[in-house]
Parts: sequence; C-alpha cells; structure tokens
Amino acid sequence: MRAVTWQGRHKISVETVPDPEIVNPRDIILKVTSTAICGSDLHLYDGYIPGMRAGDIVGHEFMGEVVETGAQSTLKKGQRVVIPFTISCGQCFFCEKQQYSACDNSNPSETRDASELLMGHAMGGAFGYAHLTGGYAGGQADYVRVPYSDVGPVIIPDDLPDDDVLFLSDILPTGWHAAVNADIEPGDTVAIWGCGPVGLFTIQSALLLGAGRVIAIDHFPARLALARGMGAEILDYTRVDVREALNEMTGGIGPDACIDCVGMESHGFTADNILDQVKAQFYSVTERPHALRQAILACRKGGRLSIPGVYGGFADKFPLGQLMEKGLTVKSGQTPVQKYTGELLKMIQDGKFDTTSLVSHHAPLEDAAEMYRHWHGEQNDYTKIILKPGLEKGAIQAKSEMENA
Amino acid sequence: MSSLADRLSKLTDRLSPGRQPRRTSPDPLTLAAVGAGLAATGIGLALWRRSRKNKTAGDSIATDAPHWTLDKPSKRALFGKSVLINRPREELFAAWKVERFPDFMENVVAVEALGGGTARWTIKAPLGREVHLVNSITESVEDQSISWQSEPESEIANSGEVRFADAPAGRGTYVTLILAYDPPAGQIGRLGAKLLQREPEVQARRDLHRFKQLMETGEVTSNASPSARSSETATEPHI
Ligand SMILES: [Zn+2]
Ligand SMILES: [Zn+2]
Repeated sequence: MRAVTWQGRHKISVETVPDPEIVNPRDIILKVTSTAICGSDLHLYDGYIPGMRAGDIVGHEFMGEVVETGAQSTLKKGQRVVIPFTISCGQCFFCEKQQYSACDNSNPSETRDASELLMGHAMGGAFGYAHLTGGYAGGQADYVRVPYSDVGPVIIPDDLPDDDVLFLSDILPTGWHAAVNADIEPGDTVAIWGCGPVGLFTIQSALLLGAGRVIAIDHFPARLALARGMGAEILDYTRVDVREALNEMTGGIGPDACIDCVGMESHGFTADNILDQVKAQFYSVTERPHALRQAILACRKGGRLSIPGVYGGFADKFPLGQLMEKGLTVKSGQTPVQKYTGELLKMIQDGKFDTTSLVSHHAPLEDAAEMYRHWHGEQNDYTKIILKPGLEKGAIQAKSEMENA
Repeated sequence: MSSLADRLSKLTDRLSPGRQPRRTSPDPLTLAAVGAGLAATGIGLALWRRSRKNKTAGDSIATDAPHWTLDKPSKRALFGKSVLINRPREELFAAWKVERFPDFMENVVAVEALGGGTARWTIKAPLGREVHLVNSITESVEDQSISWQSEPESEIANSGEVRFADAPAGRGTYVTLILAYDPPAGQIGRLGAKLLQREPEVQARRDLHRFKQLMETGEVTSNASPSARSSETATEPHI
C-alpha cells in the first residue's frame, strides 16, 4: 500500500510499504477514505518528537471502511467508521473511569518504559505519533490496523459525508473537552487563545455549553475571520494589549474562563512540549508560555483555566503565585476521545457544529509532502488539510470560501 | 518486618554464596545468557543483596513503604514490582499457571511440568542460545501467593514469589512479583544484558505488564504495523 512516512526533519515522503494485517482478535483493518494533517504533525515534521524513526507512518486523524475483522471485533466489513486518535482498551482502571487517553494497556510493554521515565507514568497509546505513545503506524495511508475495534471506532451513518465527521477523530472532541474543562456557567465570558482548528471547535463548544460571550485571540486574519464566523468576538494580539482589551470588555473583572489553545499544535501529546520548552529556552522564544502567562493574568479572580493538553514540560517563569492568589481552577489533559464521540456525533447530525468551513484543502495522499510544506509555512491560507488516498497526484482542491470569509 | 520480608530474607540467604549447596562456574557469556533467560521466566525483578539491608533487618521500620522499595538510593535497582489489574483476585491466581506462561512471557520457549510442582523451563537467551531452569513451588496459598525455589540442577539459582491482594474500591487486584537470583556475571553481565534489552528487571517488568494486558483485555498488546523500514514486518512488534 501507499503511506505517508516520516524520514527525518522536514522530510516527509509517500512510500510503498507492506499492507497491515490482523494481529490480535479485537483488531480490524481499515481502508482509509479521509485523513487530516494535524497541527501536532508539525512537531513530527520539525523533528522535535523523541522516539520517531525514519520510516514511521504518520497520521492520527482518519476514517474509512472496515475491510477485515479479527475474531473478537464487533464491527462488520463494509461499515464506515471514524477512529479516535487515542488507542484505548476499554477495560483498565482508566478506561472504566472514561479517562481513555490514560489507558494503561494500549502502550505496549516494549515502548512504555521511555514514556514512563519521562512522565512518571506511561502515556496511553496513539496512532502515528512516535514510539513514546506506542509506536503504532498512523492513518495517512491506504490501510491501517486498528486495535480494540470494539471500543474506539465510531460507526457513521451513510448519509453523513466524510468532511462532517472526520474531526471526531481528534480536534472536535479536543475542542469540546477544552470547553468542558472550563466549567462554563450560563452567560459566562470565555476567552480563547488560538484560532487554529482546535480553537475553532473550542469556540463553538463554549457557545453550545452556555457561554454568553466568547472572545478569541490570534493574529492570522483568515483564522480570526473563521472565529468571528463561528460567533466569537475577536482580538488580534498584534494590534491590542490583550489584557487591557479583555478587562475593558468585562467591566474590569476579566473573563470567567480562559482556554489556552495556542499550544493546540501539540494537543494530545505532552512529550513534544517538553522539547518545545527546551527549545524555547535554548534556541528561541515561542509564544506559547507567553499565552499561558497572559491567560493566568487575564482570568478573573476565582475563574477557570483550561489547558487542552499542552505544556508538559518545565515551563519557564510560570506565574504560580498569581494562579494561587487569584484562586484559579486549572483543568488539563489529553482528550479522552471515546468519552465524547457518541454525543458529538449526535450533535453533528443535529447540525450543531460547523465542521467544514475550517477545511481549506483536499489533496491526494500522494501530495502529502507538498501539503506538509504548505501546512508548515502558510498557516493563514492552510487552515485544515484533508488527504484522500486513491486520488491522482496533483488533484488538489482549495476552498475559496477562505478569502471571502 | 513483615512476614513477606522475612521470607524474602530467607530467599536471599539461600542465594548467598556461603550457603549455596552447589555452584557451577560457567563463563561470563553463559552467565549473561542465563540472566536473560531468567528474565523471561517472568518471575520478576532483580533482587540485589544489600549489606545495609542486613544492618536494618530486625529494626523497626518507621515507614509503610513496601520493604522492597526501601534502602534503595536509585530507582533503577528494583527487585519487586506491583501492578493494578482490573480483575478479581481468584481469577488472576487461577490464571498464573505454568501452561499459560508462554502466552505472556516473551522469552519462554517451553515449560515442562515434571510433577510435584516442579517444572523445567526452556528460555531464549542472547546469541541464539537457550537456558534451562528447574524451579519448584515451595508454597502456594490459594488465591493469595505462590513461592518458588530453584533446584540444584537449575542453570541459575533463583527464588521468588507472586502475591495477589485485593485493591480497594473494587479496583481489582494488586499483583506483586518479587524475585531473588544470583546475578549472572555480576554487574558487568547485567550491563551487557541491559544493552541487549535482556536485563532481567526489564524483561520481568514487561512480562508482568503483558500478564495485565492479557487478563484485562484478552490479548497481549502489540504495536505490530507496517513501516517503510525493510527490516520490519507488519506482524511483528517493534520498539
Ligand atoms: Zn490531531
Ligand atoms: Zn484501557
């Protein structure tokens, strides 16, 4: 089959590799119909992720058709399913508590050691994201082996197109989780840093969960336009003092809840953030700790801070005193995708989410290398890229809605 | 000191050179191989005798920490390991039997029951070698613990214990694995084995996790999947 492989820093290539096979009784083999490139894939691209090996198949946002089932799978051939990026057994202590992203079985014995050393406890498994999270081949390929197929995959009715449901694999549940973690009360003002794909779903989720106002912060015009289209008030941080603006918009008290989606590029994975922090200290200054500091200082006293899975490392100059004195509640963590997919699918069917306007490009799997380059360098124009296996090389479609937004 | 600690102390005494009834002295390579094999028995993590331990034995210990975690300046020198397994204690005890060991112990080639609780183990060792152990169950407390001790003809002297205790709040069972063995080729052998990913501690920890995976999910977790590396297949796990 054909698959998108990581070969080194800024080296992505599409290669012919062996087809996956059923290994365990609960496995299925999925024929991929759509697979997205995620912000966190950029960290692989930039070579920050430890445990990547040349030849690894990448991609953790994908869906498709069941083409083969293990003896214990509850799925049937021909079913359309979306696959959560988190691999979860459903039967360990954590899965039973619906903390699926903390699954204690999905990271194999061979790979959990390094992860345990880094985090204190081994991380759960994930697709296409290096060997710290299990070393599983990813979904930017013609076919994928999916373990625990009776727990994760979401069965999709035929009348729903791929674009409507693909993001159930990661960024929609991650945005939802970020908003749930903000404990939003009716009428609350919620400030959201970052208008990437996760930020855009967080905006929608916060409004659905009862926020009175959502204020979104970014600097890419196209992304801010999308945020406004989804119901947020917007702040371009290159043009205003964000804290002053937030205070002035809230009668001086600050937002009730602040959500940091700036680090959404690495949502779901903490290891890369350690590296980013190191990078921030030794090579350059990133915006990311800055956004978190700003969120803490901007948040109202007694407010809530939600961090969708970023900052796993040793943040420099973390305003701990401010956090304590203001009495903020902090919630964080990788998304337990399986916990939310059922209700989110229903909400998609009820038309509650705009899942498509953030998609800027459809491209053949064969053009993955070029798409990674664009995704890395042109974040204003490329807001979300969906790869399609089987399409002829060069058949790239851009959505023009972006410019008119 | 707990009764477990007492027993452990006896286990280590049996391994002390002065009281060893019969010792072979194979070359270091064989010893390293034996260490690897031992790992695959899944009996556990290395127990290193410590002079400090002897000094404190008998003293009252003002801590509730498991005794095998005491007196260890480094976290790396484990000789005991506990895991939470989300299954009933009785079920796990029943599953911990010789016939099922090859299902979750990676390097075990075969376990042959010799009767009377004695079994002969064939274990993969580095460089294509095999190692044979002969171990006998010395005590088995229904639904609670199993202890064993190697026979003189075993290629490596070892003893150990696996314990099953109810975890609180319906969380299942704490399974604890403790191992004492004669370090093959001393620390140098251990280092060599470590480089080959065949260090007993590493292997035993992994086997214990495989037991957990098997009991909780019905299968041993595998990341087997394709890659663009020609050295790998789509059906073999890779690291
Ligand atoms: Zn993602
Ligand atoms: Zn689990």
